[in-house]
Amino acid sequence: MKRFQLRLLKEGISSKAMFLLTILIFSSFVAIFVTLSLKSSLVVSEYSLKELLFSSNWDPERYSFGFFPAIVGTGYVTLISMLFAVPIAILSAIYISEYASAQKSVFLSSFIDILAGIPSVVFGLCALLVIVPFVGVYLGPALGIETTGMCVFTASIVLAVMVLPIIISLSVEALKSLPIELRDASLSLGATKWETIKGVLLKGASPGIFSAILLGLGRAFGETMAVAMVIGGKNQIPRSIFSAGQTLPSLIVSSFGEMMSIPIEQSALIFIALLLFLIVTFFNLIARYINTRLKKRWHL
Amino acid sequence: MKLRYLEERMFKILIGISVSLVTVPLLIIIGTVLLKGGKVLVDNPGVLITPPGSRYLITGEGGFLHAVLGSLYLVIPATLIASLMGFGIALFLQSDYTSQRISGSIRTCLDVLWGTPSIVYGVFVLTILIFINQRGCLLAGISALTLLELPIITRYADEAIRAVPKELKDACYSIGTTRYEASKVVGRYALPGIIAGVLIGMGRGIGDAASVIFTSGVSSVMPGGLFDSVTAMPILIFQQASSCYPTVRGHAYAAAFTLILIVGILNFLSRFLVRKLSKYVPGGK
Amino acid sequence: MSEAEVGIKIINLNITYGGHKELGGNKRIIALKNINLDIPGNKLTAIIGPSGCGKSTLLKTLNRLLETRDNVGIEGKVYIGGEDIYHAERRVPELREKVGLVDQKPYPLPASIYGNVAYGPRIHRNLKGEELDDIVESCLKRVHLWKEVKDRLNQPAAGLSIGQQQRLCLARALAVEPEVILCDEVTSALDPVSSEKVEDLLMSLKKNYTVVMVSHVLRQAKRLADYVVFLYLGEVIETGDAEKFFSEPSHELSRKYIKGVMAGV
Repeated sequence: MKRFQLRLLKEGISSKAMFLLTILIFSSFVAIFVTLSLKSSLVVSEYSLKELLFSSNWDPERYSFGFFPAIVGTGYVTLISMLFAVPIAILSAIYISEYASAQKSVFLSSFIDILAGIPSVVFGLCALLVIVPFVGVYLGPALGIETTGMCVFTASIVLAVMVLPIIISLSVEALKSLPIELRDASLSLGATKWETIKGVLLKGASPGIFSAILLGLGRAFGETMAVAMVIGGKNQIPRSIFSAGQTLPSLIVSSFGEMMSIPIEQSALIFIALLLFLIVTFFNLIARYINTRLKKRWHL
Repeated sequence: MKLRYLEERMFKILIGISVSLVTVPLLIIIGTVLLKGGKVLVDNPGVLITPPGSRYLITGEGGFLHAVLGSLYLVIPATLIASLMGFGIALFLQSDYTSQRISGSIRTCLDVLWGTPSIVYGVFVLTILIFINQRGCLLAGISALTLLELPIITRYADEAIRAVPKELKDACYSIGTTRYEASKVVGRYALPGIIAGVLIGMGRGIGDAASVIFTSGVSSVMPGGLFDSVTAMPILIFQQASSCYPTVRGHAYAAAFTLILIVGILNFLSRFLVRKLSKYVPGGK
Repeated sequence: MSEAEVGIKIINLNITYGGHKELGGNKRIIALKNINLDIPGNKLTAIIGPSGCGKSTLLKTLNRLLETRDNVGIEGKVYIGGEDIYHAERRVPELREKVGLVDQKPYPLPASIYGNVAYGPRIHRNLKGEELDDIVESCLKRVHLWKEVKDRLNQPAAGLSIGQQQRLCLARALAVEPEVILCDEVTSALDPVSSEKVEDLLMSLKKNYTVVMVSHVLRQAKRLADYVVFLYLGEVIETGDAEKFFSEPSHELSRKYIKGVMAGV
């Protein structure tokens, strides 16, 4: 009887412990939201939301917190990087899933996993060493533009490279999950391989691919270090993509030295973090929703 | 008639270009870091194990052992904690513990946390620090990293456990085990996948700067205790990559080299272990 | 639908698959061995035999779908309508326009019902608008699906029942206007009622198309076929006129198979 009681005791403790841990996940999410909101409240109460988001004056020392340049910068960088990354990613995913031999496919997938594992700061370092000089010394002058190379364009390129692995691997997954008989059916009707990919497979995998793009977008949005290292850190609305600028995450990082001192500046930066959190969470949730909803529609 | 085939041809070319655009950056990255970082390490191999000298950020005197140790002190406890927690949570998400609705919403939460940028975790822990009037320290850094790694490890553990055939659990229950005991069996079976997840989580943690830059205090001296400031290799790279002093910059390159090496080994180990350990598990290849 | 009858002539066909690691290295598996066949045009030919004997493989050779699989070795000659399909001037998609294949389980394309049937005509003949509508309607009518779906043509095809989906797949294949129709056990996933509808359809088709169907249900073959090919372990055992085959088979294996006593062979 004693042995049995001991077992029951272990069972009881362990399941309660696991329950608590799992609650922790949910409460982390809530805690992040609550904590960030609390601390942001200071700056939000002092300045109207409109002033914070749409004014261009970022001068903490003079108590002026306009995030607009950073918002514009974030928009620019994210948009341009996605414009580069998405077509390349989807075409590569098509190659890996439909054209490459089994061997090459595994090799490329490993390659992409490695790319995915490289730390953000290392990307930033390489961008500093390779892309910045290239843009500043070759590309800029070739286009007749004067730039140091530390600009929105460079940041977009780095970001595009960083976002590629996640979009590719999820898209490959989406394509590979389609049954081979679907390809057979299309080919049997006399379609070419490309027509099959275009008309059938991309459509069938579209939920997965869409959510892959959204997740990539979320990643691009929140990426901090690499962007901060090459964007030039200027709180201005970039006049062209070859001007220096700022993104929301890089703004937080570049001001971190002063973070510990002035409460209202702390509050402002925490507010930015809250915004990031909400926006990226939004993207992630939509990605999930699209994935499940669209899949149901085609019964795939 | 011919247009169809022309279109196919054209896209095949575009696909080829895309694939090369994907492979080229990786080669450039690895190449650059190997060259620059490798050079520094070859000239001065002791840089990894030498503590920094005084006025390190200006003179680059000594090495960056403080960052190396700092990284280890931050990542190892964080990974351990996140693994234990992650394993427990992943077990709990299975059907014998929770209903589908609850596990569904927790998994959604995990997805969201997995996609959250690491800087949010950094600022979160920082905010708590501000609340309790503390400065950045090792403990705070460990907390931020744990938060970062937890969703990753939990998800991998979840997938590994879900991959365990239902019959195994059923067999356990039909001889009267408790859920806890069955979990131990399932855990052993899912171990390769779980370890793979742990290694990947660790790789993510060791390379991350945004979460620790605010929370661990950043210092240029050797790490002290739990409540002292500490720095890590990614932070070092970030700070010193654009330094005007070449020696200081060189350390950043060397650190990048080391980081890539570590992350690469972790990734490779992760894959290797999965393959190796799967051999001992029925149904594995 | 051409005036001439499109027959299929197969000469010395050999199909092998690459070796699998589990089966000990580089040994190639022989799927079809020395197939020599003369399939008559505008008739319904049934390919029968126990499961796994290469029937599907044979079918997939006829529309060159087999070569999309990894590691397949194809030797021999296949003539459809007098044309060597493996060395034709024509590209493979055009061959497949003439030789349609309907699989065992229906796989509707991720599109509407209309979209599924319209898929082929759009690609091959660039049909649009009213012309396209007409083709879709006539094909759906031929498979007796029109009445059931005419009000929901724009809904996802995945919403149909299995029996309806299979008929949709047939309509889809017909819309391409092939000369040969290959059917791989097309009724095996269907209930008896849908099965019957499909069988009636196949019977009506043989007037205008060369139909080759694989079946492992002897009664079905008996009912429908004009010509029979008996395949066992990748080899042709016997072929001939259906009536003769079922009443007086020449080969001993055929006799055994018809009697239903294949065990121990």
